[in-house]
Amino acid sequence: MTIIRPYGDTTGDGMVQVSFTLPIKHSKVADGAALQLANKMGMEPAMVVHSKPMGDDFTFFVVYGQVNHLVDTDKVQVVERDFPLLTPKEANAVIKETLRRPMVVVGACIGTDAHTVGIDAILNIKGFAGEKGLEYYKEIEVVNLGAQVSVPSLVDAAVTRRADAVLVSQVVTQRDAHLLNTREMSAAFREAYPAGERPLLVAGGPRFDESMTAELGVDRIFGRGTTPAEVASYLVHRTTSKEPAV
Amino acid sequence: MRLDLDPRTIAQARALAAKVGDPIVEMAKKHTTVAVERATLRLAGLSGADPDGTPWVNHLVDAVRADLGLEHGVSLPVWQALAAHDNDLSRLAEEAAAGQVTFHLPEGAEAELAAKHAREAVGAGIARLDASRVARERMIAEIGDAPRKPWIYLIVATGDIYEDIPQAQAAAREGADIIAVIRSTGQSLLDYVPEGATREGFAGTYATQENFRLMRAALDETSRELGRYVRLTNYASGLCMPEIAALAGMERLDMMLNDSMYGILFRDINPVRTFVDQRLSRQIHARAGIIINTGEDNYLTTADAVEAAHTVTTSQLLNEYFAKEAGLEDWQLGLGHAFEINPDVPDSFRLELAHALLAKTIFPDAPLKWMPPTRHMTGDIFKGYLLDGFFNLAGAMTDQGILLVGMMTEAVVTPWISDRDLALQNVRYVMDAAGRLGEDFHPAPDGFIANRAREVLGESIDLLGKIIDEPNGLLDAIADGTFGLMKRPADAGKGLEGVAVKSEAYYNPASTILEGEE
Repeated sequence: MTIIRPYGDTTGDGMVQVSFTLPIKHSKVADGAALQLANKMGMEPAMVVHSKPMGDDFTFFVVYGQVNHLVDTDKVQVVERDFPLLTPKEANAVIKETLRRPMVVVGACIGTDAHTVGIDAILNIKGFAGEKGLEYYKEIEVVNLGAQVSVPSLVDAAVTRRADAVLVSQVVTQRDAHLLNTREMSAAFREAYPAGERPLLVAGGPRFDESMTAELGVDRIFGRGTTPAEVASYLVHRTTSKEPAV
Repeated sequence: MRLDLDPRTIAQARALAAKVGDPIVEMAKKHTTVAVERATLRLAGLSGADPDGTPWVNHLVDAVRADLGLEHGVSLPVWQALAAHDNDLSRLAEEAAAGQVTFHLPEGAEAELAAKHAREAVGAGIARLDASRVARERMIAEIGDAPRKPWIYLIVATGDIYEDIPQAQAAAREGADIIAVIRSTGQSLLDYVPEGATREGFAGTYATQENFRLMRAALDETSRELGRYVRLTNYASGLCMPEIAALAGMERLDMMLNDSMYGILFRDINPVRTFVDQRLSRQIHARAGIIINTGEDNYLTTADAVEAAHTVTTSQLLNEYFAKEAGLEDWQLGLGHAFEINPDVPDSFRLELAHALLAKTIFPDAPLKWMPPTRHMTGDIFKGYLLDGFFNLAGAMTDQGILLVGMMTEAVVTPWISDRDLALQNVRYVMDAAGRLGEDFHPAPDGFIANRAREVLGESIDLLGKIIDEPNGLLDAIADGTFGLMKRPADAGKGLEGVAVKSEAYYNPASTILEGEE
């Protein structure tokens, strides 16, 4: 068991700093309110070292103080990503070394969904959350089919372009259309390809449950907030390792 | 602070940009697009949408196109048919959408009459652009302008126009001279302009005529309260570039993001479509007194800011050429660039100064748009705050016109109220402490900064030369991935199906009036 506390300048001093805004006019009461909040957060004693009005109705605070909490590192629980997160450079290098050709990724919004925001965030060079999309990766060839793509034309494109992976996005959905569409898509791929030879199937969108891969017949589901690097790293991990697609 | 650059080298760069740009302008003149035709109908006063949200301008253009193709433009067939519909464009559009109208291309006297009526209707829309421009000038004269340069540019983006409004007003009170309402992700790829006030968007708020009107009215109120005119910015980019320009001009927006190549490179929009749409959109901006902001800063978010510095200069020269050709004046050219050099690179700040000074020296009368670091903002907000301070310092020393305020929480959260406040304190401190530092220092004529600037200008001239040597000039360069590392061939990309080569009979009163042929 390892117990630790925050470190300011002395082992065990428990010192932390926080900054926050309260929706209250700058005043002595405001400073007192900040101190009360700090105390409730477990900072005791706490010092409001800075308070500044922001307009008439808000005050910004910087507070230093000692927290009385202990952290037990043995009890830390994290959900580990089951693949290493790669930079674009690393991803390119792995693809070059193992596939010895560009990885082909076909993406689309299927069904009636016209919202390409998700697929574009992952594929377009502009990217998402400060990360460039898959188009930015030299060793990834991206075929973005856009919106309202039918399942047969998606399968066609995947076959013609010899896709290594197919990304399907579903953003706006009604009555679980995203689930039906995704099942239809994975069934079509199972039919079109011999067992073990189909491309990786990845579904993404804010309404998906990441644990439903088996039910939907896809290899991976990515939920809200997924970044291009996570998708790229996953694709690299799966296409360059020996595990066949199921 | 100015660089000592040989004016002949700058003139050479401009001449090469003109040589690269000229064939593109000629190509643009030979084509029309669905967006150009829809913009024309919007100027003529057609607005609104059917119950499913499809705008009437889309219905009407599609109906004419189904009967006659796009190559003649919609003006002659529409105004010929209009006589039989009480001169009511909305009614004609509704009936056309229901398949009850067959369009014909009039000839001879009939064509002249249709052209005359079309010219009158579109002329009324252009008069609205003029009226907005006059109203802006009058307001600035009455209540005052932004007190200093650079103008401070802040962004709001909630997705809900009714949330955006109080945020924009608060940002103006905190010191913003310019408010930009970020658009919903993906709007650039919609081939129609959504209608009405909107309350849902993805990472931004839809650009609609009603949203423009609501926000401008709110900022007028705040401008009067503050005693300075607060400018409003949106995006004339994507598949509806000229339509949005027309709406912005009529609703008195003040600045519009409008790059000649951004949509091609970063949204995979067809190059021909983009250049044709861009030309009319810029003619409208010129007329409406709108300042355009170009998007060179984006190249540096994908390509290395040192290696690709000359592509920024090249694009600025091209943007200037296309803008001037469309009638925009120097004061309307918010040419973009950015502080995106990796801070771990030795002398990175000196390199930034060299690049920023180069832009200011080549374009002394343009209000350059200086964009803050994004690529090297890591989540270490403390380091980010320092980097933003250096960004502000470079902007102050090199006399940038429009300063987009950098947030230390870039790439972490959408800005909190405290982030914005701290960012503005940062700007104010630097401007008050060092705003006129440029008066005291000039780069040594053969020093690091001057040499670097000359190097970048030289590379830009080489690149322009290479583009000229391509069989299809700029279109080939774009196809080869010259800008922002994106490869975009001229015969691919979104929106290509909405492009047509003009026929002999083509007529469009908007371009005729805006090009001053009346």
